[in-house]
Amino acid sequence: MSEAEHRARRHLAIGLCALTLLLALAGLAAGSEGWSISQTLALLNGPDGSLVVGQIRAPRTLGAWLTGALLGLAGAVAQGLFRNPLADPYLLGSASGAVLGVVLVLAATMLTGHGISLATADTIARIGLVGAAFAGALLGVTLTLALARGAHETTRLLLAGVVVGVLLGAVIDMVTTVAPDALRGKQAFLLGSTGFLGWGSCGLMAAGVAMALPLAWRLSRMLDALTLGEESAMSLGLALPRLRMAMVAALALATGMAVSQAGLIAFVGLVSPHLVRRFAPAAHGFTLVASAATGGVLLLAADVLARSLVAPQELPVGVLTAVLGGGYLLWLLHRRKIS
Amino acid sequence: MSAALQAQNVSVSLGGNRVLNDVSLALQPGWTVIVGPNGAGKSTLLRGLAGLQPLEAGRVLLRGKPLTAWSVRERAQQIAWLAQQGSATGELTVRQIVQLGRLPKLGLFAEPDARDQALVQLAMVAAECDAWPHRRLHELSGGERQRVLLARALAVDAPLLLLDEPTTHLDPPHQVALVRLFKRLARDRTVVSVLHDVPLALQANRLVVMQAGRIVSEGSVDDPAVHASLTAVFDHAIRIERFGDRFMALPNLD
Repeated sequence: MSEAEHRARRHLAIGLCALTLLLALAGLAAGSEGWSISQTLALLNGPDGSLVVGQIRAPRTLGAWLTGALLGLAGAVAQGLFRNPLADPYLLGSASGAVLGVVLVLAATMLTGHGISLATADTIARIGLVGAAFAGALLGVTLTLALARGAHETTRLLLAGVVVGVLLGAVIDMVTTVAPDALRGKQAFLLGSTGFLGWGSCGLMAAGVAMALPLAWRLSRMLDALTLGEESAMSLGLALPRLRMAMVAALALATGMAVSQAGLIAFVGLVSPHLVRRFAPAAHGFTLVASAATGGVLLLAADVLARSLVAPQELPVGVLTAVLGGGYLLWLLHRRKIS
Repeated sequence: MSAALQAQNVSVSLGGNRVLNDVSLALQPGWTVIVGPNGAGKSTLLRGLAGLQPLEAGRVLLRGKPLTAWSVRERAQQIAWLAQQGSATGELTVRQIVQLGRLPKLGLFAEPDARDQALVQLAMVAAECDAWPHRRLHELSGGERQRVLLARALAVDAPLLLLDEPTTHLDPPHQVALVRLFKRLARDRTVVSVLHDVPLALQANRLVVMQAGRIVSEGSVDDPAVHASLTAVFDHAIRIERFGDRFMALPNLD
């Protein structure tokens, strides 16, 4: 590794650590009346301190970082696996599967006369929605794999993901036609939210990161070999179908976990690896870890902004990530055009 | 002595078209070049020999044992492969790419030792890309990229090298350097390459002439029968002349 490469990696790592700390503090301080360190300190000394900061702001802050980390990791895996810088974590049908799961639970609850919405969901309903979203995400990926007859060919896998997305989208539309009350819940899920993240969600997502990141990192040399093309990677003695399946498992786990906890959050998975490659281009081992950390920082920043830009109102965090991520990609496109 | 690599009655169809038709070939140590017009089935044959192309019929033997009986990793340690018009992308540096050639020995998890590092360096020197180990692929010209990908194949340090159009994008000095390198490697290895450049192909030890999915002739580069079939498959657009102890292909303008 050259000295310049080493320096770029060090700078990125330091930058990401500093931003995480800074944004975590902002996340703890951001309330319905904007940011205020003094108010937060006063709140901590008061009777509601442990509830507001300890049970609401702290898990939300950590949860936002973990959701972003899962999406950033999944984005880097997807872009490496498909050898396409525009690949995003939702390519394999996990997003449409998760939405279908949520819509089915909402529709079933409403049709049986027990109306719930994301905003008023109680703990049981929330667990039901999270479970349904996770099961739906896994179902979407499983359908994609079945349609592609395994993970033998990347193009087939990609096409199967598109087909599953379209088919499940049609089923979602049919369900919401029969049970139109589920539309609101679906809309809220599509916008994404970090507002419901508690310690339970944090625990689940931390477990997701702990499983998906080491698995993807251990297999990162396969992604390096894939940069040569599939034929050349196979000629290097790699059992590509088996390894690709393991990578798809890591991708599905990370995406399913993130989507089930926070809904569909756009662009974090797509943009994080781009940012890492821009500041510290490197082999996939580093890119995967750094993309996870970058995703965490991006979503944490979006969450803090969503809470404070129009306080006491709150913006949907998915809208902010779409605006920021889309803006970054537009800028990237413009820059390339000029160069 | 059994052939290093042998194709027995191999047939391959792609998209319903028969592109290889009952091809048999035994490759011995030395430098063999497969030549023929576009669509003759040269690259398909090379991919079949490397185990990268499913066969419709026939089999390939590596050191007398069916290729399918070798594990993919054992096979990769025996056969180094260079793809036609490498589609390499990404952010890896030249050295990192060449180091991928050690994967057959290291697998996904082991770290390269001093010997691996030395082989990587030797491969980079041989392919003349050792002067810029930290440059990335997208910063290189077509010829430079080709040299890096060739170094990656050399770094495998395999007894068999299968190279699909290794001289693509190379300027004349680097083409000549490559021919010298192949001749040197062929002293103790089996080097098989597909080439479109007939003058370069005539510097090899043996020629395999293909047309329409079949081998029409094979033999030493100084075999007149091979010369005759070579000019015939190219529709007599070339003629082969002797210059001292070498042969040269010239455009037939008569």
